[in-house]
Amino acid sequence: MSTSLDRLFEKVRTENRAALIAYIPAGFPSIEGCNKAIKALAVAGVDAIEIGFPYSDPVMDGPTIQEAADISLKAGTGAHDVFAALKTASDCGVASVVMTYWNPIEKFGVDKFAQYISDNGGSGVITPDLPIEESTQWLVATDKYDINPIYVLAPSSSDERIGKVTSKTGGFVYAASVMGVTGARTSVSVNARDLVSRIRATTSLPVAVGLGVSTREQACEVAGYADGVIVGSAFIKLLLNAQSESDGLHAISELAKALALGVRESR
Amino acid sequence: MIVENNVADGHFGEYGGRFVPEALIGALNELENAHISSQKDPAFLSELAELHRTYTGRPSIITEVPRFAEHAGGARILLKREDLNHTGSHKINNVLGQVLLTKRMGKKRIIAETGAGQHGVAAATAAALMGLECVVYMGEEDTRRQSLNVARMKLLGAQVVPVTSGSRTLKDAINEAMRDWVTNVADTHYLLGTVTGPHPFPTMVRDFHKIIGEESRTQVLALTGKLPDAVLACVGGGSNAIGIFHAFIPDAGVRLIGFEAGGDGVETGRHAATISGGSPGVLHGTRSYVLQDENGQTVESHSISAGLDYPGVGPEHAYLHDIGRAEYRAINDNQAMEAFSLLCKTEGIIPAIETAHALAGAMIIGKEVGPDATLLINLSGRGDKDVQTAAQYFGIPL
Repeated sequence: MSTSLDRLFEKVRTENRAALIAYIPAGFPSIEGCNKAIKALAVAGVDAIEIGFPYSDPVMDGPTIQEAADISLKAGTGAHDVFAALKTASDCGVASVVMTYWNPIEKFGVDKFAQYISDNGGSGVITPDLPIEESTQWLVATDKYDINPIYVLAPSSSDERIGKVTSKTGGFVYAASVMGVTGARTSVSVNARDLVSRIRATTSLPVAVGLGVSTREQACEVAGYADGVIVGSAFIKLLLNAQSESDGLHAISELAKALALGVRESR
Repeated sequence: MIVENNVADGHFGEYGGRFVPEALIGALNELENAHISSQKDPAFLSELAELHRTYTGRPSIITEVPRFAEHAGGARILLKREDLNHTGSHKINNVLGQVLLTKRMGKKRIIAETGAGQHGVAAATAAALMGLECVVYMGEEDTRRQSLNVARMKLLGAQVVPVTSGSRTLKDAINEAMRDWVTNVADTHYLLGTVTGPHPFPTMVRDFHKIIGEESRTQVLALTGKLPDAVLACVGGGSNAIGIFHAFIPDAGVRLIGFEAGGDGVETGRHAATISGGSPGVLHGTRSYVLQDENGQTVESHSISAGLDYPGVGPEHAYLHDIGRAEYRAINDNQAMEAFSLLCKTEGIIPAIETAHALAGAMIIGKEVGPDATLLINLSGRGDKDVQTAAQYFGIPL
């Protein structure tokens, strides 16, 4: 059975472009603000949305996402808010996934977490701190509920390891463009292109690039060699810096429109 | 779909393992290989042994404390004096081992986290000794509480980075060190200070500390003609405890007892007793007991002892607990401070407040087992760094 995410990548392949994937933490800038942001992003042309599960110890994240997670956690965001945001996104007609550190899944219940993803229209889960060696129970659950287990690969991943990870991955392969944490960067590392080609040597799965993409030009550049472009911190920064919620929503909508052009103009 | 079995390496029963970003997997493999090969390399082992003899001051001595023992049911009490090591605690055992591994891997820069500052000072010391660049991450809150140790690290040539994210304590210092490591892993070694973190850290750090138990097993046998009835240690992350426990694990008749920081009392929720008051989960790359809420978010810990003020614990302790080989109990702040004061006044030894939790434990266990028993306690650190905290606690004007 294929997920909305699988179908999205089939669609963008026929349209000869890359998919635009946006990340936003649940409960940020507020529960209601997050719902509005999801809707604004979907209307502006985002193809898929990653709902972040805010976590107390986000070692993969830079200052921007840390700050957003802090705000969300202080407001009391929990698992059910994450699933509600996921449902909001899937109800908007975009492919939706959750991105979460492992402990919230384990605490919620591994099987139950996968079931709730499926029940709320989600396509899969990105687990940035769960290596495949620790994934036995998780892969049983994702298989049972027909959702995509999405793994992250890094420029330091060996070719052997890339093959091992992609053989367990579903939906798309998340290529981390740099060695480092999340956050907007002035340029997308040259490592990204090399990593994508090394991943393609092992799998026919779509490959999406994340970490550091924030502008239409960068989106266009990455779309030249990847199947998906992931943008997170750039949206969050706009929401953090906005004078008001409506200013913030307007700003992310404008950025999403520009990025949506970017992923269409490189081929 | 074919599901592959979990790797056995790096797991202690259902605990341990590796829960880290992909970017670190290569470095952890490199470290694991370096550790395994070094443990079989006579040149490495003799270099470390020589450093311990001429720099650390090993073997550390055993001191019998009969006047203190009068307050512990009259049991015979022996202290393993890790406080007399260079830099004042057991932490030096691990940092010397890891800096030698850093050199072996050809890396030039080390990063470390610290809570109270003991591990940071030890890391800065070892970096100075080996000519390595050293950056220590320390929660902003802790840099204020332990300003003297910040100055010590700076004198030793280390850069101290105050961490302002999250709760601004040890847990956040570890997060920040992991972020640095993810970014700079090619030339940087993360010199983790305790038996937690992703594999191989819990095993490797234990291997560098197990000398404590090996020495004391021989010393106690020579002194008393038999094994101790129980071995006691304080447990934060658990490095000094696993260090003294490890050699005794096969000795089924020797009780192994770890004392966690009970803070205001486990029942108040304001404590750092991870095994006594937490539940299984993942924190900082390893599966173990964790203080967490219903969403899997880490809960802040509380203890008068900065070195025990951590919401996780090493996975081997979680395993030893679950299989019943070791026992873990909580000691509240006031019990620890009473024992702290007692050792000062009965034996002329100022212990670290961390260690005072094990001493308070001995006062309880001693009364349970009676005067014929022998208790071995790991006196893991000296209390000079705690003078200000203790003076405040006891109302001594500074």
